[in-house]
Amino acid sequence: MNIAPIELAGAAVILLLGSAVLAMFLSRFQHLLVAVSFSLASVASLVALVAGAWTVSSNIANQAVMAIGLPDLPFHLRLDPLAGFFLTIVGGLSFFVSIYSLGYVKGIIAQRPVTRLVVFYALFLAGMFMVILADDALFFLVAWEVMAAASYFLVLFEDEHLENRRAAFLYMVVAHVGAIAILLSFGVMAGLVTGFEGFHGYTFDAMRQAEYTPAWATAAFLLSFFGFAAKAGVIPLHVWLPEAHPVAPSNVSALMSGVMLKTAIYGIVRVTFDLIHVFPWWWGALVLMLGLISAVLGVLFALMQNDLKRLLAYSSVENIGIVLIGIGLAMIFTSFQLPLLAALALTAGLYHALNHAMFKGLLFMGAGGVLHAAHERNMEKMGGLIHMLPWTSGLFLVGCVSISGLPPFNGFVSEWLTFQAFLLSPSLPSPLMKLLIPMGAALLALTAALSAACFVKAFGVTFLGQWRGQHAPQIHEVNWPMKLGMIMAAVCCLFLGILPTLVIDWMDSVPEHLVGSKISTTAGAFGWMWLTPVARERASYSGPMVFFVILAVIVIAYLILHVKKGSIKRVPLWDCGFEKVTQRMQYTSTSFAMPLRRIFGFFFSIRERVKLDPQAAHRAFPGKMHYALRIRDRFWGWIYKPLVDASFLMSRLVGKLQQGRIQTYLIYSFVTIIFLLMVTR
Amino acid sequence: MNLYPFAAEMLQILIILAIAPAFVGWVRMLKCWLQGRTTAGLFQPYRDLMKLFAKDVILAENASWIFRFTPYIVFGTATLAGGIIPMLSVDLPLAASADAIVLVALFAIARFFTSLAGMDIGTAFGGMGSSREMTIASLAEPAMLMAIFTVSLAAGSTSLSQIVQVVFSGQSVLRPSLAFAFLAFVLVSLAETGRIPVDNPTTHLELTMIHEAMLLEYSGRHLALFEWAGMMKLTLFMALGAVLFFPWGIGTGSIIASGLAFVFLLLKLAAAGIVLVLIETGLAKMRLFRLTEFLGSAFLMATLGMLSFFILE
Amino acid sequence: MNLHIAAQINSFLAALVLLTAFGMLVQKRVYGLIHLFAWQGFFLSLNTAIVGFVADRHHLYISSVLTLSLKVFLLPYILHVLIHRLKIRKEVETIVNIPTTMMIGIALVIFSYHLTAPVRELSNLVTRSTIAVALATVMLGLLMMITRKHAVTQIIGFLALENGLFFAATSATYGMPLVVELGVALDVLIAAFIFGIFFFHINRTFDSLDVEQMARLKEGD
Repeated sequence: MNIAPIELAGAAVILLLGSAVLAMFLSRFQHLLVAVSFSLASVASLVALVAGAWTVSSNIANQAVMAIGLPDLPFHLRLDPLAGFFLTIVGGLSFFVSIYSLGYVKGIIAQRPVTRLVVFYALFLAGMFMVILADDALFFLVAWEVMAAASYFLVLFEDEHLENRRAAFLYMVVAHVGAIAILLSFGVMAGLVTGFEGFHGYTFDAMRQAEYTPAWATAAFLLSFFGFAAKAGVIPLHVWLPEAHPVAPSNVSALMSGVMLKTAIYGIVRVTFDLIHVFPWWWGALVLMLGLISAVLGVLFALMQNDLKRLLAYSSVENIGIVLIGIGLAMIFTSFQLPLLAALALTAGLYHALNHAMFKGLLFMGAGGVLHAAHERNMEKMGGLIHMLPWTSGLFLVGCVSISGLPPFNGFVSEWLTFQAFLLSPSLPSPLMKLLIPMGAALLALTAALSAACFVKAFGVTFLGQWRGQHAPQIHEVNWPMKLGMIMAAVCCLFLGILPTLVIDWMDSVPEHLVGSKISTTAGAFGWMWLTPVARERASYSGPMVFFVILAVIVIAYLILHVKKGSIKRVPLWDCGFEKVTQRMQYTSTSFAMPLRRIFGFFFSIRERVKLDPQAAHRAFPGKMHYALRIRDRFWGWIYKPLVDASFLMSRLVGKLQQGRIQTYLIYSFVTIIFLLMVTR
Repeated sequence: MNLYPFAAEMLQILIILAIAPAFVGWVRMLKCWLQGRTTAGLFQPYRDLMKLFAKDVILAENASWIFRFTPYIVFGTATLAGGIIPMLSVDLPLAASADAIVLVALFAIARFFTSLAGMDIGTAFGGMGSSREMTIASLAEPAMLMAIFTVSLAAGSTSLSQIVQVVFSGQSVLRPSLAFAFLAFVLVSLAETGRIPVDNPTTHLELTMIHEAMLLEYSGRHLALFEWAGMMKLTLFMALGAVLFFPWGIGTGSIIASGLAFVFLLLKLAAAGIVLVLIETGLAKMRLFRLTEFLGSAFLMATLGMLSFFILE
Repeated sequence: MNLHIAAQINSFLAALVLLTAFGMLVQKRVYGLIHLFAWQGFFLSLNTAIVGFVADRHHLYISSVLTLSLKVFLLPYILHVLIHRLKIRKEVETIVNIPTTMMIGIALVIFSYHLTAPVRELSNLVTRSTIAVALATVMLGLLMMITRKHAVTQIIGFLALENGLFFAATSATYGMPLVVELGVALDVLIAAFIFGIFFFHINRTFDSLDVEQMARLKEGD
């Protein structure tokens, strides 16, 4: 049997498109619809996963040309290790999420018809697969638009809330501004291939072989980086992300945060390392700087959120920042001809992209479980869910530990690799860069520490303590498909953390293709247990050892202490001699973040209002107290508000042309025709 | 196969487990002497631990498995950390499994779970302790990592054994980068181990406690594990400082060398205890929001260390 | 003493000078500031003596002794007396908060490193690597004058700036000619006296040493 990976990937796309069509016929049988189409989606994702993983491990590149599309401009497809790697990420998480959706969407049926969700879900997945498979500008942009439009409708799924419609609109606007920039960037590159004559420069192959003058290359890079950064939610282009991701159904949020952002990362890597491939160091410095800013500010914004899903969305901004740090470092190393270090930094960045897909997918699925069970997104009203949702809480904890960068889980490995890449920057020739780049490592350390604080808050406030709301609702554990989806993602988190050497060995063909060097020869030099990215003397880490030694000590301590059966007495909460401790006295999300809010307050625009009840007998004994806190992103006021105001002003001015009289419009047409005739005479 | 490194590894873990309470006892004794009180003796912490292990556990009604699991994981990470830092010998099998960054992350795991345990019961104190602990940690960790990065840039490695060998055999005696890194390390250690001026380990006054606030609900063997792990953490930070910056006398393989290293370790710990007590007696506990300046200075020192590595060396 | 060890001691002292410069930047108490200033002078004079020994320039010994007597004993003493007379007890007020000041300080060090890179390439003196530190000390002194409100801290900032210049001279060219150094020392001394008189006047006029009060002298309020 001779099947190329690209055929498998194509089959996955066709399967998804087919399931979208099928869904329209099944819309009268909602339960059947959910079962059939999400099963199909998970099969398709699995197929894509296999195709991607196979391509990466066998280090091959398949190409195909499809005779559809515009006349004379057929669609080109290509599956090389880079595409394969991202196909693995997208396929992997989509597989888990599709299984999860089998259970999750069933819960929505009772409230509203889900046909729309099912159809656009399939289209969304197909769009992402096609973006990764595309090998020409035309197909890429078509796929990109399919992905954007499908996700727009998914964000709009619960469209009765004004908030959701506004979020979807904002998302649409930013996505399209970004898409225009990408289009222009491809236009510049395709035009330069042919000297702006003819269209055959639109394939990526032609762009790859062309040589660009530095000025045009820079223009193309800046345009495409702007476009992809808008999609990835890089600060300051992030404002849509925390609006749109939380309002989508949770399975879709998992996909949007977990993998849709990765397609933008894919675009950045594809354009810089593959299509342009010769670039000055300052491109890398730009990417690195924006990565650092996104990482630090993203996690600080996340810390201030009270809405669980918004918190997760902001944390995606942070993690995209960390991925970009790796990619930026790789770009700097590449431009100074240090391929081995570039390979290390690129591996770190891509590894983090993979890790982020897993743990952010897991966390959004967990948040979906909470939402499904407690019908609540505001952490200030939750608490104590660990007793009612033992599975969800345990799996959510795995995600929290992973995202906080704690060993032996996966987030730590990629951050550790990034730190190693930072510490190798003294081999750069420029003295100033030697000095400045290690400073970035401090910011990464700050990010890691703050994200631990952020996820202690997220987990602690949501799952620990006691229910903070007025009436504790009846909450049941989530159903099996949901559990299964989360369990698989959690197992992946552990696997990627404990066995990084195997994963790096597998994904090494990607840096080999892009920067011409690989690290697995040194990284795995001492067997699968030891990760030694550069040399054994330089640094080493052994996930399995850390994991098993901690486990062994815990087991031994537990056994020794339980030989003599000491009794455990359950008693009511100690109230410090104070009567009537209520659950309203617990630390809330706002109070947890208060010290950090005060320390890093200058990054936000904070309005805090405390009003005491005027009817109290004395100021010292207020009867009631009103507390209002509003925290806003400063970027909104700095960048977006002026833009919005300017566009309103423009439309009002242009609006004056609208007279409402038919004659006036005829005059406009007439004048236009006359003008055109004069110009094109 | 040479079994000696494994024996040294086991021995080192056992020694750390054994001497950590004595080190805390030593610090308390010195403090008593400085303040003109009579001491409870070097071995009082052992008696405390034994008493706590013998007692029954009293759990709050709504404590979840996190609350019961945390003491074990805190103890486990502290023990592993004790096996990583090359104190008796430089070729420990566990030392290769984790470098300086992993070591910092190990302490971060313990802190992560302790903070969760603090929030598990749902009292205001626990939440307050967790919130403050995580705040301080997120300022201390960058400074800690910067100090470690400075040392590892100077040594060309993040592996602790390698750092020890390079610093030990180094030609230069006066390295400004290491001096700055050491200052930063001292400041950060005070924060990480919860000593004055950052936190007061002996306080149970509601509004000033940070670490203790999270452990308020613990009793019996759980509390004993926490206390023991805390003692080990203090000892390990002191030992880490001694190992990184004053690596004299660490053995390279033979039993005699390890024995000598043990004697040196005890001497260094005794000296570190004196310095710690002098700092603690000389300073007052800071307000929470003054800590940004304290930890900012630590970060500044570490950064200056890194800068002077590039500028002056 | 061989050259290698001398270079190490030199750079270590440079690091200490930098440390005291940063210490002054973040120190809040006036007496603490003066002590730090005295320490900086001490390290400077030690460094000058060592450079003099290594480079065999004997006039540097005189500069060293001059620095020691002037900047370690005389000026701090004068400042002590001044503060005692003026009854300054409060903590020094800063305009910019301290962590931000630190970050600006670090940026200045990096900037001066970048700026002196060409000089370092050309020079072959033992002390060439400390030029960056010297320039950084000058900048930090200036930064201190900018971020502090109090007149006494401003003169300390000025004196620290002068320390930096002196250090730069030592490390870039093994010191200025003796005549120039004597002249500068005298200038500094006189400047200190003038500042002292100036303080008394400000204090009497405004009942405060906060230089922001001088904004009141602006016309047309």
